[in-house]
Amino acid sequence: MIRGYAGKFLEVDLSAKSFKEVKFSDEVLKDYVGGRGLAAKILWDRLGSKWETVDPLGPENLLLFLTGPLTGFFPGGRICVSGKSPQSNGVVGSTVGGEFGVELKCAGYDGIIVAGEAEKPVYLFVKDSDLEIRDASHIWGLDAKQTTAVLTRECRELLKARYPQKGEWKEPSILYIGPAGENKVRTAAVAAKWSHAAGYGGYGAVMGSKRLKAIAVKGTGPLPEVADLEGVKTLMQEVCNNAYESELWRRWGTGSAGYEVGARTSSEPVRNWQEEWHDERSFGVNEFENRVWVKQYWGDFGCPTTCLKLAVVRSGRFKGAITDNPDYELQAYLGTNLGIFTPEENVFMASVIDDLGLCGIQTGNVLGFAAELFQRGILTKEDLDGIELKWGDAEAFAALAKKIAYREGIGNILAEGTYRAALKIGEMKGVDVMPYAVQVKGIGVGAHGIRSEKDYPEIYSYACSVQGGDHTSTACMPLDDFRSELMMAFHDSGVYCYFNVFGLSRTLVFNFYKAVTGIELTKEDWVATKAMKIIQLQRAMLLLGGPDLKWNPEIHDENPPRFYEPLPSGPYKGKVIERTRVAEEKRRYYELVGWDERGIPKSETLRRLGLDDVDKALEKLR
Amino acid sequence: MASEEKRLIWIARDLSKCSGCRKCEVACSLFHEKCIWPEASRIRVFMLAPGIEFPHFCAQCEDYPCVEACPVNALSVSKETGAVIVDSNTCIGCGKCIDACPGRIPHLHPKGNKILICDLCGGDPQCVKVCQEGLWNVLRIVPKGNYSYKLYARTPEEIARDLAVKIFGEDGARYV
Repeated sequence: MIRGYAGKFLEVDLSAKSFKEVKFSDEVLKDYVGGRGLAAKILWDRLGSKWETVDPLGPENLLLFLTGPLTGFFPGGRICVSGKSPQSNGVVGSTVGGEFGVELKCAGYDGIIVAGEAEKPVYLFVKDSDLEIRDASHIWGLDAKQTTAVLTRECRELLKARYPQKGEWKEPSILYIGPAGENKVRTAAVAAKWSHAAGYGGYGAVMGSKRLKAIAVKGTGPLPEVADLEGVKTLMQEVCNNAYESELWRRWGTGSAGYEVGARTSSEPVRNWQEEWHDERSFGVNEFENRVWVKQYWGDFGCPTTCLKLAVVRSGRFKGAITDNPDYELQAYLGTNLGIFTPEENVFMASVIDDLGLCGIQTGNVLGFAAELFQRGILTKEDLDGIELKWGDAEAFAALAKKIAYREGIGNILAEGTYRAALKIGEMKGVDVMPYAVQVKGIGVGAHGIRSEKDYPEIYSYACSVQGGDHTSTACMPLDDFRSELMMAFHDSGVYCYFNVFGLSRTLVFNFYKAVTGIELTKEDWVATKAMKIIQLQRAMLLLGGPDLKWNPEIHDENPPRFYEPLPSGPYKGKVIERTRVAEEKRRYYELVGWDERGIPKSETLRRLGLDDVDKALEKLR
Repeated sequence: MASEEKRLIWIARDLSKCSGCRKCEVACSLFHEKCIWPEASRIRVFMLAPGIEFPHFCAQCEDYPCVEACPVNALSVSKETGAVIVDSNTCIGCGKCIDACPGRIPHLHPKGNKILICDLCGGDPQCVKVCQEGLWNVLRIVPKGNYSYKLYARTPEEIARDLAVKIFGEDGARYV
């Protein structure tokens, strides 16, 4: 057995109400590692032959919660959530911070595979090898904070009653969905700790479709044995020392970007990306620090950076609203993108989104889209059930977010996410609204624009990514560039926080992998064979797609139309991305990853990687 | 050679600053168990509501009620450090020390049915080192004085409710 793994996975069939243990061979674990990589492998093996007919929101879909060998060891614990995505119809490795992954490994499992669907709301309770599917009718409908409070109390009482000698039980780790997930909203997140979200992919909707409200895990064992404990300790220290030196990053987290990315790199979404620049010093991170942060350093298991902060609105109209920072992405998507420029309104919006169990990025994207349609008179106050959706009106946006979470009125359409909503509204109104949809392959683009070319994504990054608009998995050249999705796939498969990697040697994560597992892995080998396989699998499933939508790379390997409009303001005013440049870069990228000129993985690429069955399945697309 | 009398230490704690990074659990279990084992850590971070994480560990009450309560004399006070020392060969895991502790701080080792209590790592607490290194400064070593350390021995619920009010505001306790 490879070191660093607990050695088994738990499979739960909610239809049959049964459990079984699943093991993967050392070869599979060596090739696909864990998390995102293993998710792609599991999904391809089990659903690949019928991929196009599998409804992401039906019982056939699998919902995966996977750790990686580095989870718990590499500072900054995370868990990877995956399955067939109801946003892209492909596979997204969506990770979320917290103790869940560590707790799961301490319970003896490397991951949980959820199949089928429950008849009525349930939650899963795991205490080491004691497994239980429990009734969740009393928490169905509750928001994030209520769900967390009730489940924390209930599970601790359960543990106390069953193991009375132990003393005080620490709480179990919990992943849950809010009302949005229950209502199968495609922008719903699988969430943890009130404000942490696995948002990309829309797996909250998958969890809701299975009527699985939450998973609570208490593991009492140690983390698995590692190959070289002294080596792991030394590397942990190196990662921490590096983080401790980064004062700005620790003090402000990604929040400093709220002003930076807006004012300096000019790549922040403002009013649904109509602009990417603002110079609102009211939105500087120092304002957040002074006005709303009640805890300066907040983090997850083992994290030296603790880039999260705890924010509470202390007075005024939104008094009592609680969330984390908000981080840069939500400062942008629940702030500037909606024309909101004060910390208090931003915290209020984020807390509403947290409570409903929505993804702040995807929901902020669809809210901005709706507001632009309102601005242009395409959606009227009547269409919006009386909501006057004006830029900067936090209460109006919060009201619409609630409609989305509960699928009421226009919310039922917007709950489908920006792309699907654009199709429906276009049909309804007889107007092409796709020019206002800032998404790629069903996934709203993260809050880092490409037009100024001063931010990290390249002009082809979103167009070519196997995870669409996901800003945490961007296509970049060379393929071993630190921003490349082939490198990101390592962090998402080892399953730890990528933010603790900044500033470190790029081989450190592979040394860390070796110290934990005992397996030698070079960056070159990772990129050329292992990551390459994962990316091809993800690409294949993304292109096979279905059942409601399919992507044609000739049309959909493309930036949102808005990204071809000249920047209207700021230091890069007038700057335009030329389509010919994007096409040229795309061709170069296709060649590097072994796709044909239409973007379909070539036979020779797939066969060289041993993916003959994928090659066969893609024949129909060629 | 004038030898200064060795002063006892105490771990001062500023719970509201805890980031929830749980490095103290990692350091404690690495030191005592030679592996990362949060449930076997002598210092445990509770999170009865997100954002109000805090470390829960022995306060070294001046009258050591846990030592008094032990029916088999498995607990004693170290002369060198003032910490409570568990003789795990004698401990029967009856839990009487947990009930005697005003903060219900001792807990059973997940394997082996023996009680766990902070032993100050023999005078060089590892948890403090990592907390200081990260500049969170929740934990700090101070000389032990003649104070009512028992005030610090409080149950996780009591601490969580108070911290929730401090951090979230007047009705914060409802989140616990």
